[in-house]
Amino acid sequence: MIDWIFDFISDYSSVIIGCIKAVIVAIVLLQCVPFLVWLERRLMGRFQVRLGPNRVGPFGLIQPIADSIKLLFKESIITSSADKFLFHLAPAIVVFTAIVSFSAIPFGEPITIFGETIGLWVANLDIGLLFVFAVSSMGIYGMVLGGLASNNKYSLMGGLRSAAQMISYELTLGLSALGVIVMTGSLNLSDMVNAQETIPNIIIQPLGFLLFFIAGVAETNRAPFDLPEAEQELVAGFHTEYSGMKFAMFFMGEYINMITMSALVTLLFLGGWNSYGLPLFPILAFAGKVFFLLCVFIWLRSTFPRIRYDRLMTFGWKVLLPLSLLNLLFYGFIKAL
Amino acid sequence: MFASAFDGIKNLLIGLGVTFRNMTTEPETFQYPEVKRDMPSRYRGRHFLNRDENGLEKCIGCSLCSINCPVGCIHVVAAENTEENRVSPGERYAAVYEINILRCIYCGYCEEACPVDAVVLRDHYELADYKRDAFVLKKDELLKYPEPNQFRVSYLGNTSKV
Repeated sequence: MIDWIFDFISDYSSVIIGCIKAVIVAIVLLQCVPFLVWLERRLMGRFQVRLGPNRVGPFGLIQPIADSIKLLFKESIITSSADKFLFHLAPAIVVFTAIVSFSAIPFGEPITIFGETIGLWVANLDIGLLFVFAVSSMGIYGMVLGGLASNNKYSLMGGLRSAAQMISYELTLGLSALGVIVMTGSLNLSDMVNAQETIPNIIIQPLGFLLFFIAGVAETNRAPFDLPEAEQELVAGFHTEYSGMKFAMFFMGEYINMITMSALVTLLFLGGWNSYGLPLFPILAFAGKVFFLLCVFIWLRSTFPRIRYDRLMTFGWKVLLPLSLLNLLFYGFIKAL
Repeated sequence: MFASAFDGIKNLLIGLGVTFRNMTTEPETFQYPEVKRDMPSRYRGRHFLNRDENGLEKCIGCSLCSINCPVGCIHVVAAENTEENRVSPGERYAAVYEINILRCIYCGYCEEACPVDAVVLRDHYELADYKRDAFVLKKDELLKYPEPNQFRVSYLGNTSKV
């Protein structure tokens, strides 16, 4: 019996390790969300010359836990005119796609434990970047379906807006990432990081970085591009009718997308886990860069007002898209030489 | 076009700089239950009734505050002072003096109208309570706090403790 168990473990070690890694990454990612909410509220407070939550626990660190307990115990209200099935499905899609898209993100070089080489990623896909883009843009179905199923004009408007925004900015995102792909010659994210061992891509492709970051902010529906949930016009956009844990799932999805987008920017442009001479563990270097980018996200949110809808579209199609095409042409030209 | 784009980017960066500078400055927050604000000297908060230096009530029950009150939240019933029972220095005193501070708009007209500076509005702003009845302040409540409640009203309307 014991022998059989050992045989099973050695035969399927890669599967078991993969499962364990997936569970760890999913749990850590979900634990990051309350911390990120806390960080956002504290930092927003400091940016606006106030303190932010500081009552519950030291520095208000227990505040997100209190909030999530509140959300868990809240009544889940469903409007009678809502489409029940889609209404329940929508938040699940958002969270699911957000977590799955993070699975293709590597955050360190492979390490060796007990003679077994373990890569610090859930899945090191050869189409890594493409996979992340594909799955994270599936998340838009959650928002559109949520808006549609609520049977509320504001929700519907929010869902439509998020779809339109996603389509417009996904182009820029993809095209500015193509600059990196062309230079690296690979879609594999860890290959991209290894290609930046000496110089991070942000120095070689500053415009590409800027375009990617702006499109990334728009992709995650963060201020100043948070048109889908514009409070002043659309109450709360696609999650107007949601309450309790289903609302929290939309929230979680947004924050996980934020982490994924920061991780992508780090991998593509900031050199991933390369620490460039600083004595840091690779994983700490990676986490530090992601943390910095998350702070920039919050900084942007606390500084800029939301831009008007038509200007958002104009900016996306008439400014960012031509610029990213030029960027791609330029680096394609260099590569061809 | 490039000039305006450059201008726009410059302004965005200035905005980012402003919020970043905010982060390095001291927050404006008062940690409220522990730290209470010092209100300005002309702040109009809760009402109080004054006593004079002999410990008598200043109020002479003339009802001018009640008449002047735009919302009619002051109720005064006057009574005659007698030799045995002297409450105020004047001929009459207020037997009943009630202020409904839910109805009060804190305009301070009562304070201005008072010929003897008996009623004043002070800087107490924590007026919440659990029961509605508690918001109708009776005369003994108005006289109670702080001791000795003698306030001076300057010609500017500033009330200060004697």
